[in-house]
Amino acid sequence: MNTLILKVASRLMVGLILIFAIYLLLRGHHSPGGGFAAALVAGTGFVLYFIAEGTAPVRRTLRVHPASVAGLGLLTALTAGLLGPLSGRPFLTGLWLSAGNTALGAIELGTPLLFDVGVFLAVLGAILTVLLALEEF
Amino acid sequence: MTSAQSSTVGGPLRYLHLLPSLLIFTLLAALVPHSVRGTVFGGEWIWSHGLGVHLAWRLDGLSMLFGLIISGAGVLVTLYSLSYLAGHPHENRYFLLLHSFLLAMLGIVLADHLLLLFIFWELTTVLSFLLIGFYHEEDSARENARQALFVTGGGGLALLLGLLLLESAGVTPYLHAWLDAPRGFHEHRLYPLILGCMFVAVFTKSAQFPFHFWLPNAMSAPTPISAFLHSATMVKAGIYLLMRLHPLLGGTYLWMGPLVVIGGVTALWGAWCAMGPSDLKRVLAHTTLMGLGLLTLFLGGRSLPALLAATTFLLVHALYKAALFLAAGIIDHQTGTRRLDELGGLGRHLPWTAAATALASLSMAGFPLFFGFIGKEILYKGVLTEELFPHFATVAALVANAFMTAVSGYLIWRPFFGHRPEALDDTSEAPWQMLAGPLLLGGLCVLFGLIPGWVVATLIEPAVMSFHLTDDNIELALFHGINAPLLLSIATLILGGLFLWQRERLRRLLTAIHRLLPISGEGAYAIILAAVQRSAAGAALPFDRGRPQTHAAVVLFTGWLAVAAVWLFSGGRLPPLPATNPPLLESGIVAVVVVATGLVLFTRRSILAIAALGVVGAGAALIYLLMGAPDLALTQLLVETLTLVIITLVLIRLRKSKLTATPRSSGRYFKAGLALLLGATLTLLMLLVTGSELDRDVTHFFETYSYVAAHGRNIVNVILVDFRSFDTLGEIVVVVLAALGAVALLRRMKEQG
Repeated sequence: MNTLILKVASRLMVGLILIFAIYLLLRGHHSPGGGFAAALVAGTGFVLYFIAEGTAPVRRTLRVHPASVAGLGLLTALTAGLLGPLSGRPFLTGLWLSAGNTALGAIELGTPLLFDVGVFLAVLGAILTVLLALEEF
Repeated sequence: MTSAQSSTVGGPLRYLHLLPSLLIFTLLAALVPHSVRGTVFGGEWIWSHGLGVHLAWRLDGLSMLFGLIISGAGVLVTLYSLSYLAGHPHENRYFLLLHSFLLAMLGIVLADHLLLLFIFWELTTVLSFLLIGFYHEEDSARENARQALFVTGGGGLALLLGLLLLESAGVTPYLHAWLDAPRGFHEHRLYPLILGCMFVAVFTKSAQFPFHFWLPNAMSAPTPISAFLHSATMVKAGIYLLMRLHPLLGGTYLWMGPLVVIGGVTALWGAWCAMGPSDLKRVLAHTTLMGLGLLTLFLGGRSLPALLAATTFLLVHALYKAALFLAAGIIDHQTGTRRLDELGGLGRHLPWTAAATALASLSMAGFPLFFGFIGKEILYKGVLTEELFPHFATVAALVANAFMTAVSGYLIWRPFFGHRPEALDDTSEAPWQMLAGPLLLGGLCVLFGLIPGWVVATLIEPAVMSFHLTDDNIELALFHGINAPLLLSIATLILGGLFLWQRERLRRLLTAIHRLLPISGEGAYAIILAAVQRSAAGAALPFDRGRPQTHAAVVLFTGWLAVAAVWLFSGGRLPPLPATNPPLLESGIVAVVVVATGLVLFTRRSILAIAALGVVGAGAALIYLLMGAPDLALTQLLVETLTLVIITLVLIRLRKSKLTATPRSSGRYFKAGLALLLGATLTLLMLLVTGSELDRDVTHFFETYSYVAAHGRNIVNVILVDFRSFDTLGEIVVVVLAALGAVALLRRMKEQG
């Protein structure tokens, strides 16, 4: 679609949407959000981008094939799961690295977050794979 | 013609591909002194505590012999492939598959738990499928890969069934515990069934009659793969399983009968068929059938000589067969043809290849001083001790071996001597990477023949002891004096010479028999496959004529029917209507949703229909939000947005491709009626469910432990990524696979225009 308004607006919006997606991803453990919702948000961001600019710039921005993003997501989720057996616990056991109370509040990093990142990447990669292929059909 | 390409081997980094197999081989070789002394290495990691499945591995004499063959052949085949496939666009894929296969195969022979063995067994099946179909642009390669997958995959199912039956019969899944198995097991009522399952698994994997046909067809694979998978390693997996099962299941007539007969028939038939084809690789594939048949035949027996014969012949066969395959690959690679009738007089151009072929062939023929001679002596000693059908076994072994002798002579004579066709005049010798394998293996055929005592003491004896308890001494020698085995060996050579002389007549006879046979294994396979496809089409076509609308209507109506039937048969109770009036805000949203739904149904403009659909979704999301489910509302809204984008994209493409994209008016009232029916039923159901007392145990568990155990306050997310993360893992795999499938379909439609 070749409209100036959409092009200018999308340039401002896409970044904001992607940041919002990351925000959703990170807050997901305590508040509404999470990897799946974040992936959908990010997906709409990219949709806006390719509607305004076409698919070629989107593929350039991604640098890798969207299917690779999906594959990376599956690998990440699997890695999060395998950290359990590597430390002698069952597959997909949640392991936590508590940084204790800091000035920002309690920071807790764990394999569930890594797993959620995997979900995010897998779903985003899948969405982009299909949508870009459809748009280029 | 390909000599210019073959000498270019890319950067030195490619030699890193040698590392996996080389490391494993070195490690195993370093442990040989321990295995000779009978030391067993093993270990276990917990995999699934609840199911009692552990990653148990064990390295004993038998695993050592197989491991050395696998990794040793792996080194040579990798080195060979570095030159054979140099410059192939999918080289990396090839090596990835090759290394994966090597590891899966090692997994089979190192696994101590039957379930673990099964998993690696299936892995080799899948990897073999990918490797046979490596030249996937060729129809025949794909077809043959699929055939191998179906046949060996079917055998894998039988193995799984046998494994479960063993478990329910109370047999330990640990392989090492089978060595001194309880004697009473042969009377167990499940014994015949278990035996049947295991036989199907073994006969498919190791290409025994009537499942043998996939192996010659698997020759569509790149030649180094044929050498590695389809002669030295994968097809021996069935033999390996037979050896492991031997102490547990062996010793009965039910065990001996099928193995001796099927093995004998496979050996005879394979050996005879090896006289037929002019394709060098198919000849070798048939001789492999013969080898596998003999191995099966010997594992039918329970005497020490029979088992010794099987184990020795395993090594003999791996050595000469891998060498011959690799040499055949050189001939194919350097001349551009592997048809025997187009070859000749290459001895001067391919001197090293000729030498390697001669060494391996003479070992296959069983000439004195070669390892094959020792192997054959033991074979005859073993065959004479068979308990069941000793005469059949002896004749089968004798005639099959004679055929091998004839084929060996032909393999040396045909490509390297006689008249050379002009097309082959500028043939040049292969680079050293390709020559190393066949020459080394051919050399071992001689070396092992000269020091049989050492080979038996270090490799064969520890292997036999791993699956057979005995106190007898094992001895091998170059010359035992004039006895029955020696006489049979001599008879073999004479008969082989006779067969070579009467080659044409035997070949014609074979063709005649082929014509007389009512049905072959391959014919049966084709009939079954066609029947499956026909019945699948017959089941699907009445409901799916290619129109998504019809398909959706059938699926939705069937779903409604099922739900309505259950509701009716369970009493057809009506739920009490909610006592309170719904709040104003919710009522307003519902009204908007209803209007939008009507618009979706009755507008003639597709873009309006799409927009109205979006309103319906957004309305639902708003209601979720008002009911206190922000997570659900968020997801609903996002899914709705993306769905709209996808539908719009699809409709635009449809219009572009001049397919109908405007809603058709026909059947509109029918669709509205169906939608109403479904909606009403679902509403009824929801009211029934919420009207009854809910079990809050699960909710309570999540509420209690979400923060304490999983450090999260958002219960929905904690369930997704922690409590039920295994489900989520499965779901994202499905999502990604669906996306890849959709892209494949789109690409295909695009290519077809």
